Amino acid sequence: MATAQRLLMKGTEAIAEAAIRAGCRHFFGYPITPQNEIPEYMSKRLPQVGGVYLQAESEVSASNMLYGAGGSGVRVMTSSSSPGIALMAEGFSYLCGSEIPAVVVNIMRGGPGLGDIQPSQGDYAMCTKGFGHGDKHAIVLAPSTVQEAVDLMALAFDLADQYRNPCVVMGDGLIGQMMEPVTFPEAPVKVYDKPWAATGKPPTRKHNIINSLYLDPEELERHVYHLFEKYERMRADEQRHETFMLDDAPPVVICAYGTMARIAKTAIRELRKTGVKIGLFRPITAWPFPVEALSGVVQSTKVFLAVEMSMGQMIEDVRMVVGRDRPVKFFGRPGGVIPTVEEIIHQVKLLSN
Amino acid sequence: MSEEQLIFKRSKALTDAYFHYCPGCTHGIAHRLIAEVIEEMDIQDKTIGVCPVGCSVLAYNYFDVDIHEASHGRAPAVATGIRRTLPQDRYVFTYQGDGDLASIGMAEIVHAANRGEKITVVFINNAIYGMTGGQMAPTTLPGMRTTTSPYGRDTALCGHPIRMCELLNTLVEPVFVARGAVTTPKYINRAKKLLRQAFELQHTGFTFVELLSTCPTGWGLTPENSVAWLERNMVPFFPLSVFREPAAMPAAATKYAPDLKVKDDAKA
Repeated sequence: MATAQRLLMKGTEAIAEAAIRAGCRHFFGYPITPQNEIPEYMSKRLPQVGGVYLQAESEVSASNMLYGAGGSGVRVMTSSSSPGIALMAEGFSYLCGSEIPAVVVNIMRGGPGLGDIQPSQGDYAMCTKGFGHGDKHAIVLAPSTVQEAVDLMALAFDLADQYRNPCVVMGDGLIGQMMEPVTFPEAPVKVYDKPWAATGKPPTRKHNIINSLYLDPEELERHVYHLFEKYERMRADEQRHETFMLDDAPPVVICAYGTMARIAKTAIRELRKTGVKIGLFRPITAWPFPVEALSGVVQSTKVFLAVEMSMGQMIEDVRMVVGRDRPVKFFGRPGGVIPTVEEIIHQVKLLSN
Repeated sequence: MSEEQLIFKRSKALTDAYFHYCPGCTHGIAHRLIAEVIEEMDIQDKTIGVCPVGCSVLAYNYFDVDIHEASHGRAPAVATGIRRTLPQDRYVFTYQGDGDLASIGMAEIVHAANRGEKITVVFINNAIYGMTGGQMAPTTLPGMRTTTSPYGRDTALCGHPIRMCELLNTLVEPVFVARGAVTTPKYINRAKKLLRQAFELQHTGFTFVELLSTCPTGWGLTPENSVAWLERNMVPFFPLSVFREPAAMPAAATKYAPDLKVKDDAKA
């Protein structure tokens, strides 16, 4: 393929191709709408590049196949959507506990329960605060364009390998289903040494054990402390965000991520035309939340407006940073209904009244 | 005394850790047989084990091979991830109990077998949940008392025990399915042969060895009485047999060729 060729691709297929270009040759998944094009694309492409696509019997199995493959030292991924991600939580917790790198794509749909198959951001809390049982975290990346989804896939595999930890790419259904022009990065795949992998024990070393079981509570405590030292490094080094029209320190700042941030940008442009000073703060890492950067905005801001495709989950992180110094208002719609530009403009006008 | 001769020693494929298993439990025998097969086949450096939740979850301390712990029931899925990733010359085995394999892990074992995953599954059937304290398992015998069937297993309430070998033998893909036991010298010798056959056939397809085992603690019997109880009660219900071997592959495996042209013809 020629250098920097622009391609028009659907989000899900671009995510799959980006994974392959990031060195992923193993995919284990289970069908669920609205992300089926990822496993479909993988089932077609992976055999062409010497890889393995395998359809698991369930999401629970898929996440455990991820655990086995990741523990063998390869770049591996799965993808699913909200109810499927919930089923995978078992394997995710083991991945965290055993420090196995893997990439998980969640194309979120409306919930709770079977919900619907429309775009949603209702899994923010599950991905950033939950992601299975126990004390642990996964890095959560939230793209707002198909191009950014492509770029973040490569980053996700690098971060997973670097920290020996699962990394989530969390997109709403819109990121998965829309088509946009993309350019795939040309950077060579980074290769990480994995001496811990269970690949067969040569006589020259002790046997490698992939494990999250520590029956002695003090030993488990030490292990969890070790994990959290790692999470502190992530908090220090991996916070990512974007600001939009914040240069003139507007009194109103919208906080939104993913597709919601794009809709907010359009609303901000419209409002700016009518003289309203307003800007956007967009977390790219939902975990670790970009605490430092948002803190820097608090002083100059009079009011924050969190806008989400949910009843408000990210807003809790925003409130945690902003504290009680400034009001943090909320606008969101659940159930797969997408807040419109007009609705956001209306909400902003209500703020100034 | 200079004639002293070493005739019995620990297998090289076992570590020197002490087993934590209860007195009279047959896990130790099963571990040793697997280790001997690995040592005799000289595949210690090529073997990866998977030991899920159950009494044997700590087996990673005992087998001196690269090894994964796994969550309850998921060992065949984890083994699938390993098998589909590592070079083909590796040997991958799982070591699962009956609650693990025949209850919570039923989907994983059936589908791994049905895909023909090139792994060896060692299935320890002691008709009870040992690790959690002797609860009723899918393999608990009718009328058998456990901590969750205090009046005896009521088949009207929770059905009959599941026979895993017979169930898996309905599938096309498995190349070796056999049931043995580890309670008498004769059984132990036969069990080792079954394990050896399974490992040797592993690279041709899915292999499964069930081993009837005792749980004196869970059963509330002495080790000696446990052996007799197994012979009297388990062997009649779970017959010791080789259900599938390469010479007895089902014809369906090769002869069934669906006519997929129908749809195209209809379009034309």
